[in-house]
Amino acid sequence: MKDFINKNKDNLITYGIVIIAYIVLELLMSLGLISSLMTGLLVPLCAYIILAVSLNITVGILGELSLGHAGFMCVGAFTSAFFSKCTVNVITVEWIRFTIAILIGFLCAGVIGFLIGMPVLRLKGDYLAIVTLAFGEIIKNVMNVLYIGRDSKGFHFSTKDAVALGLEESGEIIVNGAQGITGTPKSSNFTVGVVLILITLFIVLNLIKSRDGRAVMAIRDNVIAAESVGINITKYKLLAFSISAALAGVAGVLYSHNLSSLMATPKNFGYNMSIMILVFVVLGGIGNIRGSIISAVILTLLPELLRGLSNLRMLIYAIVLIAMMLFSWSPKAKDFRDKTVATLLFWKKDNTVKGGSDNGSN
Amino acid sequence: MSFISYLINGISLGSVYAIIALGYTMVYGIAKMLNFAHGDIIMVGCYTVFTIVSTLSLPTWLGIIVSIVLCTILGITIEAVAYRPLRQATSSLAVLITAIGVSYLLQNVALLIFGANTKSFTSVVNIKALKLGADGGLTVTGETLVTIAACLIIMVVLTTFVNKTKAGQAMLAVSEDKGAAQLMGINVNATISLTFAIGSALAAVAGMLLCSAYPALTPYTGSMPGIKAFVAAVFGGIGSIPGAFIGGIILGIIEILSKAYISSQLSDAIVFLVLIIVLVVKPTGILGRKIQEKV
Amino acid sequence: MAATNPVLEVTNLSISFGGLRAVDDFSVTINEGELYGLIGPNGAGKTTAFNLLTGVYKPNEGIIRLCGEDITGRSTIDINKAGIARTFQNIRLFKDLSVLDNVKAGLHNIYTYSTMSSILRLPKYYKVEKEMTAKAMELLKVFDLDSSASLKASQLPYGKQRKLEIARALATNPKLLLLDEPAAGMNPNETKELMDTISFIRKEFKMTILLIEHDMKLVSGICERLTVLNFGRILAEGSTSEVLNNPDVITAYLGE
Repeated sequence: MKDFINKNKDNLITYGIVIIAYIVLELLMSLGLISSLMTGLLVPLCAYIILAVSLNITVGILGELSLGHAGFMCVGAFTSAFFSKCTVNVITVEWIRFTIAILIGFLCAGVIGFLIGMPVLRLKGDYLAIVTLAFGEIIKNVMNVLYIGRDSKGFHFSTKDAVALGLEESGEIIVNGAQGITGTPKSSNFTVGVVLILITLFIVLNLIKSRDGRAVMAIRDNVIAAESVGINITKYKLLAFSISAALAGVAGVLYSHNLSSLMATPKNFGYNMSIMILVFVVLGGIGNIRGSIISAVILTLLPELLRGLSNLRMLIYAIVLIAMMLFSWSPKAKDFRDKTVATLLFWKKDNTVKGGSDNGSN
Repeated sequence: MSFISYLINGISLGSVYAIIALGYTMVYGIAKMLNFAHGDIIMVGCYTVFTIVSTLSLPTWLGIIVSIVLCTILGITIEAVAYRPLRQATSSLAVLITAIGVSYLLQNVALLIFGANTKSFTSVVNIKALKLGADGGLTVTGETLVTIAACLIIMVVLTTFVNKTKAGQAMLAVSEDKGAAQLMGINVNATISLTFAIGSALAAVAGMLLCSAYPALTPYTGSMPGIKAFVAAVFGGIGSIPGAFIGGIILGIIEILSKAYISSQLSDAIVFLVLIIVLVVKPTGILGRKIQEKV
Repeated sequence: MAATNPVLEVTNLSISFGGLRAVDDFSVTINEGELYGLIGPNGAGKTTAFNLLTGVYKPNEGIIRLCGEDITGRSTIDINKAGIARTFQNIRLFKDLSVLDNVKAGLHNIYTYSTMSSILRLPKYYKVEKEMTAKAMELLKVFDLDSSASLKASQLPYGKQRKLEIARALATNPKLLLLDEPAAGMNPNETKELMDTISFIRKEFKMTILLIEHDMKLVSGICERLTVLNFGRILAEGSTSEVLNNPDVITAYLGE
C-alpha cells in the first residue's frame, strides 16, 4: 500500500486537488458565497479542464500541434445532444440516458479523430496544425448547414433548410441548421463535471504511465529511434490522437447538456476555442497534466474577475498572456527565474529532475 | 458569362490572399512561426486608412502611406518585443502562443478605440469599372483591376528583391540556417526585422484592397483572411514566393466558385477540404521542397 | 560455437541517390556469435549500409537474409521484430524519458499488455510492468547504468548515453546488433571501457554484432573479420590482420 502511494504520489495529488477544490466550492455555494455568475461558469469550466487535459495528450505526450480540438468537442456536443433530444421520452431515467449520451459523445468524437488522424498524422508541426484547424472549421461549418427532422416515417436529412426536410405535420425538427439543437435536457451539473474530470484524469494519467504511453512519448522524443526498437508509429500516434479527440467529445457532452440551445458558432467551436485550449496547455506546461488544470481554471476565471473593468478586461488578458509567455519561456527570463523564484511557480517542471515514468505526468 | 465574372472575382480575392500570403510565407520562412497576429496587422492597416480618410477627411494617398508606414513599424516592434526574446525558447509553441496573445492585444486595442460596430470602409481605389462583352454584361470593378495589378507587381518586385539584392540573399541565408548566416557576417536580427517590415507592409496593402472590395470593417476583420493566407502559403509550399502567389490565387478562385455554385455557408469548409487533400497528397504543398531527416 | 551458422547474409546490395551509388554491390556474411567490423573513411557508405539493413532505405538491388529469412524491403519496425537492432552515430535517445523507460521502450514488443489493462490498471498491468522493470534493470546493470535509472536520458553524460542506446537496442532481444560508431566522441578511457563492454555482451548474450568504426585501431582490438568500404564499394574483406595489411586499405586511409 505504501509502495502504491509512493509510486503514484504525483497522480494522487492531482486527483486530490480536484476533489478538494470541488468540496470547497460546494461548501462555498451552499453558504451562498459564490455569485450566480460564477456558479454558471462552473460547468463550462469543467468542460475546459477536460479539453485542456485531453489536448495535452496530443500536444504534450504525442508532441504534435493540434488546432482543431474544438471540432472534436463539437462532434461530441452535437451527437450526444441529438441522442438525448431523441430519447428524452424513451429513456426516462436521466442518469442512464446521460451516461449513454456521454459514451456516444466519446465514441463519435473518437471515431472522427481516428478518421481524421489516419490521413493527416504523417504531417508534422505547423502543417499538422493548419490541417487540424481546417478540420475543426469544416466540422463547425457542416454543423451549421445540417438539418435533421423526425416524423412517423423516421429521420429526414437535409443540408438546405428545414422545409426541405419535408416533415409531416406532427414531425419535429431536431437539428435546425445554424439554430442548432434546442431543448436538450439539462443533465449536466457541477458534480457530473467533476466526476468526468476525474474519469478523464484517470484515463489520461494511467495511459501515460503505461506501455502505450511510453511508446507515444518515445515517438515524441525520437521517431527514428522509436521505429528502430519496433514501435508502430502510426498505431500509437492514432491511439493518442483518437483518445485525445474522444475525451474532447466528452467535454462537448458536458457542454451541450448545460445549454438549452446548442449552436455551432465561431466562439464555442471555432478555431478560437481550439486556440484558447492550446493556451491553457502551453501555459500550464506542455505535458504537465496538473498544470493544464490549474491554468484552465485561472485563465477562465481571470476574465470574469476582471469583469468590473468591462472593455479593458480582454486587453489585460492579452497583455497578461504575452507577459506570462515571455516570463516563462524566454531563455533570459528563465535564467533570472531559476535564480530567484523558481520554486514558487507551478511551471517549474522543466527544471526539476523527475524519476521513473513520471515524465510528463506530474 | 457569369462564370467568367465569378472567376475574375476569385482571382481578385485570390490576389489579396496572395499578397498576405507572400508576407506570411517570408515571415514564416525566416522566423519559423505561425504568426497569428499577421492577420490583425491587416485590420490595423484598414483602421488607419479609415481614420485618416473617413474620420479626418484627409486625402486617400496620405491614408495609404501612413497606413503602410504604421504597419511596418508595428511589425518590427512586435517582432522585437514579443518574438525575439523567445527565439531560443525550447518549444516553438511558446512563440505561437505569444503571437496569439499579440493578436488578442491588437483586436482589443481596436475594440477599445473603434468599438465593436462595423465600420463602412471607403474604397481607396478611384478607377472606373471596366465594362466588357458585347452587351456590357461583364463588369470588372476598379478594385479588382487594381488588386490584380498590385499583386502581380508585388510578386515581381519581391522575387527580384529576394534573388537580386544583398538583403534578399541575406533573408534566404537566415531562413536556411541562422547560425551559419551569423557566421557569414549577416546581421540576423536586422534581417529578421526587415522581413517583418516587408510582411507587415504587404499586409497593410492587402488590407486596404480587401476592405475596398468588401467594405465591412471590424476588429476581427483580419483574422480569417490571415488564416486563409497561411492556408494559401501552405498550399503553395511554405517559404516559396511563387508558391504563395499560386496558392493565394487558387484559394480565392475556389472560395468564390464554391460560394457561387455550391453553398455560401460551406465555402470555407470547401477551401479547407481542398487544403487537406493537397497536403495529404503532397505534404509539402504544390511547390514546397521535401526535407528528409538524416539518419 | 556453431561458427558456420550465418546470421546475416547480404548479397549484392546497392542503392543510388540521384546519380550517386552510395552503396554498390555490397555483400557480407556474418556468422553466429561473430563480432564483425565494417570500416572505411568518412562518406564511404557505412551508415548507408546500416540504413539499408534496418529498412530506413529500400535497396535498389540485392537481398538481405536474417537467419535464412529474406527481409529485403521490409519496414524498420518489421526488421526490428525480425531481429535486427541498432544504435545511431548521432545518439538518438528518448531524451525526456527516464533511463529506465528508454530500456522499457526497447522491451515494447517483448512484454505486452492491452491498452485496457493499462487504463483500468488490471492485474496484468502490474504483473507485466514488474517483469519489464526487472528485465530493464538487469540490462542497465550490465552497462553500469542501474544507479542512474531514474534520471532523464538527456541528463546522462555522453559516454553513458552511448551505453544506454546499446542497452535499449539489446532490450529488443535481437539476433543481430548493429553498432554505428559506438565510440565516437569518447575519450580513450571511455573507449577502452566500451570495447570491454561490447566483448562482454557478445559473450554474455551470445550476440552477433556488426560494428561500424572509423578508427581502425579500435576495431583491430576486438573484431575477427572486417570489411572495408570505400566510395560505396568493398575495398577489402577478410581477417583483421589480413585486411589491415592490405596496401589498398592503407592507401585509402592514409592517402597517397
